[in-house]
Amino acid sequence: MCIFSTTVFDACALLCAASVSAPECSGGIDWFGIFMQVVWAFLSIIVVMSFAGLSVVAERKVCAYIQGRYGPNRTAIPIVAAIPLVGNFLKKNGLMQLVADGLKFLFKEDPLPSHVDKFWYMAAPVMALAPVLISACVIPFGFYVGDGGEIMPIAAANFDVSLIFALAVGGLGVYGAVMAGWSSNSKFPYIGAMRASSQVISYELAMGLSAMSVVIWTARTSDSPLSLFEIAHAQVDWWYCLTQPLAALIFLVCLFAETNRLPFDVAESETDLVSGYHTEYGSFKFGLFFVGEYGHMVVGSAIFTTLFLGAWNPLPGIEWPASWGWAASALSVVTVLLKIAAMMFFMIWVRWTLPRFRYDQVMRIGWKCLLPLALLNFTAYLIFASF
Amino acid sequence: MDYKEFTYPEPAGLADAEYGEKMILNLGPSHPATHGVLRLKLELDGDMITRADPMVGYLHRGQEKMAENLTYNQFIPFTDRLDYLAPLCNNIAFAQCVEKLAGIEITERCKAIRVICCELSRIASHLVGIAAYGMDAGSWTVFMYCYTQREKLCSIFEVLTGARMTSSYARIGGLARDIPEGWLGAVNAFANQFLSALDEIDSLITRNKIFVDRTAGIGIITKEQAMAWGLTGANLRGSGVATDLRKDVPYLGYENYDFDVAIGATGDCYDRWLVRIEEMRQSIRIVRQAIEKMPDGPVNVEDPKISLPPKDNVLRDMEDLINNFVLITQGPDIPAGEAYFEAENPKGALGFYVMSKGGGVPYRVKVRSPSFISLSCLQEILPGHHMSDAAIILGSLDFVLGECDR
Repeated sequence: MCIFSTTVFDACALLCAASVSAPECSGGIDWFGIFMQVVWAFLSIIVVMSFAGLSVVAERKVCAYIQGRYGPNRTAIPIVAAIPLVGNFLKKNGLMQLVADGLKFLFKEDPLPSHVDKFWYMAAPVMALAPVLISACVIPFGFYVGDGGEIMPIAAANFDVSLIFALAVGGLGVYGAVMAGWSSNSKFPYIGAMRASSQVISYELAMGLSAMSVVIWTARTSDSPLSLFEIAHAQVDWWYCLTQPLAALIFLVCLFAETNRLPFDVAESETDLVSGYHTEYGSFKFGLFFVGEYGHMVVGSAIFTTLFLGAWNPLPGIEWPASWGWAASALSVVTVLLKIAAMMFFMIWVRWTLPRFRYDQVMRIGWKCLLPLALLNFTAYLIFASF
Repeated sequence: MDYKEFTYPEPAGLADAEYGEKMILNLGPSHPATHGVLRLKLELDGDMITRADPMVGYLHRGQEKMAENLTYNQFIPFTDRLDYLAPLCNNIAFAQCVEKLAGIEITERCKAIRVICCELSRIASHLVGIAAYGMDAGSWTVFMYCYTQREKLCSIFEVLTGARMTSSYARIGGLARDIPEGWLGAVNAFANQFLSALDEIDSLITRNKIFVDRTAGIGIITKEQAMAWGLTGANLRGSGVATDLRKDVPYLGYENYDFDVAIGATGDCYDRWLVRIEEMRQSIRIVRQAIEKMPDGPVNVEDPKISLPPKDNVLRDMEDLINNFVLITQGPDIPAGEAYFEAENPKGALGFYVMSKGGGVPYRVKVRSPSFISLSCLQEILPGHHMSDAAIILGSLDFVLGECDR
């Protein structure tokens, strides 16, 4: 249901995008173009979803490694496990645990508590996952060389304000938490939802401001600095994490807060809120929240990669030469995916190392530390860039 | 049953606007932060706790009453279920109490083994304490690190007693059996690797800025409050009172061991954390000394009215068989009288009051459980804190509901 609604959303967003980016095609609707856009949208959803699924396994394996354990290594599908080498490999890596978990979410009884507000209760998980998948469609996962020799992004949609679009739509994910908390009609989810909403609102300010300093830096060389593609394209020589370390740091911290990751996971801290806003959820609806959360991390990592880690450029000052053609674009996709994976590893690493902030400390950091710093940083770069 | 739910009285004479909107939140009895079946009724004003009501008794099993129908040795397995994180300590405390009542002087070897058992269980219990505390602060890795060490300890207990948790090792006048061959070496090997593992846990979280921010200045119990509420153990020492029954009223020959008593400065959650970490180091010191000067000789007192005869003799001699039968069915013969004994347990001073009218069954047993007393101060210290602090404070008090509810 969710993927379907997301695709519909996606198609709408892409239609708008197509009308923005291609005003010259006035005669008739380009049905083939729209069909291809939907295919691209599906592809980016598949990338994000499979990344989210793999990062669940990675989370369990990495945390097991950090804690001196083995992690999931027993689950096996009998037929697959019987394949001589592959079966054992999949079993030891916990990859079949992923399948088992996913099937469990699908086939468990889906209870609907009697005390909930049914419509919003059902809508909340969709609302948690859909924005993530929508914002995935603007992420440039690589580049290809166009017919005219110009570099084009491998993204479902490429328009001038894709950064704003990604941040805005990604931020909508918190409505899922708010709707879940309110409709659950229960105290722990309610407190969790309140915390989630105020936390996301506070951190979005600092996040946006730190991204803006990147935008003004890009504006020196590009006409459309709000486009993720242009930002990525501008980072051939100097990655923005090198030229703007403070902005990168602020954005990274905000990313943890926006995705409810551990030093900031007050919205679902299991020690005081049981499991926060999704306490009353089970089976597939919980699964949607779960995937939405990891999808949020993947999309957030992808945006961070694009903004600060040089996107598809392998090293500062080195780029994949466009003359290599499809090989260059394949390498660029691999580079982006590797960088996202590295970011995911970093997020998992932090989660299993640090303790959790208290709710008021989270707010204090957001408003009294990150926001002034981001403002200062933004002003400094604004002054610097105008000379 | 005429059971009335406790309700909060409506605030009289205060307009709603003045009083604010408050929420009653039930934390427990099944909630991840309460480490068992504690129920906390919190009154919240926004995120702040304005009133807290700990409700205990969800794990009440009537152990004190059960003791009246059991011989002294039969009650020892029940003491396992008091503080189930340090069962050896409970066994030994109860045995000590009965021995005090009967005037039994246990052998030197028995004392040394009991000291090792007590200190190892103190480490095991504190490990769970700080593991759960770390988890309350959001650090799962600390939990796993601690449990790795605790599993090693459990294996050591398993070799000694046959069980990983419910040890039932002590007997009136001695121990269930002597230590197995090579066991002291295993303990020594554990002690050698444990200190560096503890340092690792320590360096992982103790100076972590987030953890210090979460715990320092939270849940402050002043010296006076701690003494007025009757707190004992690490919670009392965290408040800066250097009371340790092992030093003040030495039993089991603790006066012969060289160790320090760790105390806190301000009595906040952070101090209680530090005290527990340091106590584990001191316990290792004691264990090492005990291993070094482990005396030879029998572990049980040579008194046929108290100790079971050796099993070989039971199978060979008629008199020993009768002796064994009488002791098992009627219990050791304890003279009439009453005795109270407090032992410095990991959770605090666990006291047993035993009253005997002669024979092998106690007339009355009363347990003074330190966890119950640690919990009784929640009503006073929780208000004024954030709701998230409740988990930290509960974790720092390190209680066990099995002991609290008995």
